[in-house]
Amino acid sequence: MLKQCEGSHAVAEAVALSRPEVICAYPISPQTHIVEGLGEMVKKGDIKDCEYINVESEFAAMSVAIGSSAAGARTYTATASQGLLFMVEAVYNASGLGLPIVMTVANRAIGAPINIWNDHSDSMSQRDCGWIQIFAETNQEAADLHIQAFKLAEELSLPVMVCMDGFILTHAYERVDMPTQEQVDAFLPPYSPRQILDPAAPVSIGAMVGPEAFSEVRYLAHAKQMQALELIPKISAQFKEIFGRDSGGLVRPYMLEDAETVVIALGSVLGTIKDTIDEMRADGISIGVLGINSFRPFPVSAIRRSLSHAKRIIVLEKSLAVGIGGIVATDVRMALDGLDKRIYTVVAGLGGRNITRSSLHRVFRLAMHDQLEALHFLDLEWSIVNKELDRERTTRRSGPIAENILRDLGQAKSNVG
Amino acid sequence: MFQVRIHGRGGQGVVTGAEMLSIAAFLEGRHAQAFPSFGSERTGAPVVAFCRIADKEIRLREPVMEPDALIIQDATLLAQIDVFAGLSENGYVVLNTNHTLEEMGLAEFAQRFRAERVITVSATDLSLKHVGRNAPNVPMLGAFAAVSGLISLDSVAAAIRDKFSGKVAEGNIAAATEAYNIAKARMEAAHA
Repeated sequence: MLKQCEGSHAVAEAVALSRPEVICAYPISPQTHIVEGLGEMVKKGDIKDCEYINVESEFAAMSVAIGSSAAGARTYTATASQGLLFMVEAVYNASGLGLPIVMTVANRAIGAPINIWNDHSDSMSQRDCGWIQIFAETNQEAADLHIQAFKLAEELSLPVMVCMDGFILTHAYERVDMPTQEQVDAFLPPYSPRQILDPAAPVSIGAMVGPEAFSEVRYLAHAKQMQALELIPKISAQFKEIFGRDSGGLVRPYMLEDAETVVIALGSVLGTIKDTIDEMRADGISIGVLGINSFRPFPVSAIRRSLSHAKRIIVLEKSLAVGIGGIVATDVRMALDGLDKRIYTVVAGLGGRNITRSSLHRVFRLAMHDQLEALHFLDLEWSIVNKELDRERTTRRSGPIAENILRDLGQAKSNVG
Repeated sequence: MFQVRIHGRGGQGVVTGAEMLSIAAFLEGRHAQAFPSFGSERTGAPVVAFCRIADKEIRLREPVMEPDALIIQDATLLAQIDVFAGLSENGYVVLNTNHTLEEMGLAEFAQRFRAERVITVSATDLSLKHVGRNAPNVPMLGAFAAVSGLISLDSVAAAIRDKFSGKVAEGNIAAATEAYNIAKARMEAAHA
């Protein structure tokens, strides 16, 4: 049924339709509306046979999720930003133990400086933790991906992070086609665990493993993610059969076939990029975009295949690998190893900075003429950066950077006003 | 695509106003997208929210920088920020005030726009009268429906019922209806 609702609300309903048995979460912006919504539904009895467990921290949230998943319950949680960092030790345990927990990450920047707005730093910081990571472009897809995530997680016995842009999606009202319970039940069977803590048939989960077997256990974690490369497109196709729409998959091409210049991005910014590409196409420019839906596993072959005709690639990412440049771009370079293509990294939208069509036009055109530097920071205010660098050159006790810059910005504003 | 920017202060229901506008448009079969300009929301601080309405899927996620319409829920913002930024000469303005444009010192400025598209309505007074609290967002939507013709008053009422229930919903619908009628009358006066 078509609804006009908040992204968080759509996700909460999709999770509810997936018949979770344990929900444990600690509130943090911009994820809070999702677990608040679920809490209300559990309390009202709208989700049958489900326990909502209030926890005192994110570390506790993931620890409870590990326990309930090991006990055979379909388990869901959600977090963002510092909350994800706080639960990291348990995040690695969940994947290391192979427990199919589904977690929403409402993507938000990481401090310091403290910032509540959107970028992809939080989930990117966990790219090597062994969880599958899939990214939603719209609220429809965010809802759909949660239903797919339970199926994917449980078939592989591996946890899945569904990443959706904090605020930009979680707090946006837009049209969502909510599935029916019958559709979801037809798609997602009850959870059948590979391993379970059962007093009738006792096992240990979480044994200590020494050098004699650690590599083998770790290799199998990698092998499972390679299996996910096969399974993700299959699940997306099964989803389409029942729900009638394309959602998920590994990569998402748009205007790609003949494109000389190809943009690569993840998440909601793909919408703004597509609008920009339509405008550039109308001007006769050969450009397209490839959305990456599955970031872990990273679809190396699918990306290499999709980009075979491209002359140059612009990786636009909301994350920064400090000291080298792009996180996504580094993976894309690996996927294109040995191919003769220019690859540009554009770091954009950090800490919630708006990514506008006009800025995208400018940076895409610079790249088309091969006039873009290899690592570009979109809309960076150089005067502010240089002022601070100058201060540090000339003054030993130059003070805290963030506060200095805020003061400079305030002065600039009051000069204008 | 029609783009609306709503200005107000924390506590005036700016974000809820944009959401209700998107619901009203959705109920008329349109695609609509509403989102706030995210910030630390504090009572009294300037708040901006956006709504886009179109006949096809809305993919754009940038803030509304060139609005087709402005809904200004708090006239004291005029002295503080450039609320009119990006508005075209064919744009619509609904301003919450119980003063006239002349009294506001805006008569000359308003001449840049079409007279029947720049309308004042005392939405705060209407919300106090019908709802009992300062919630100008809903009457502003009623006035916007009249001025723009983009959505019907019935859809505004349905969107109100989606968000509120009981006496609060009925009070808001009464406020929106009175604002709609006031705005209609002022448009006709401006036209004459």
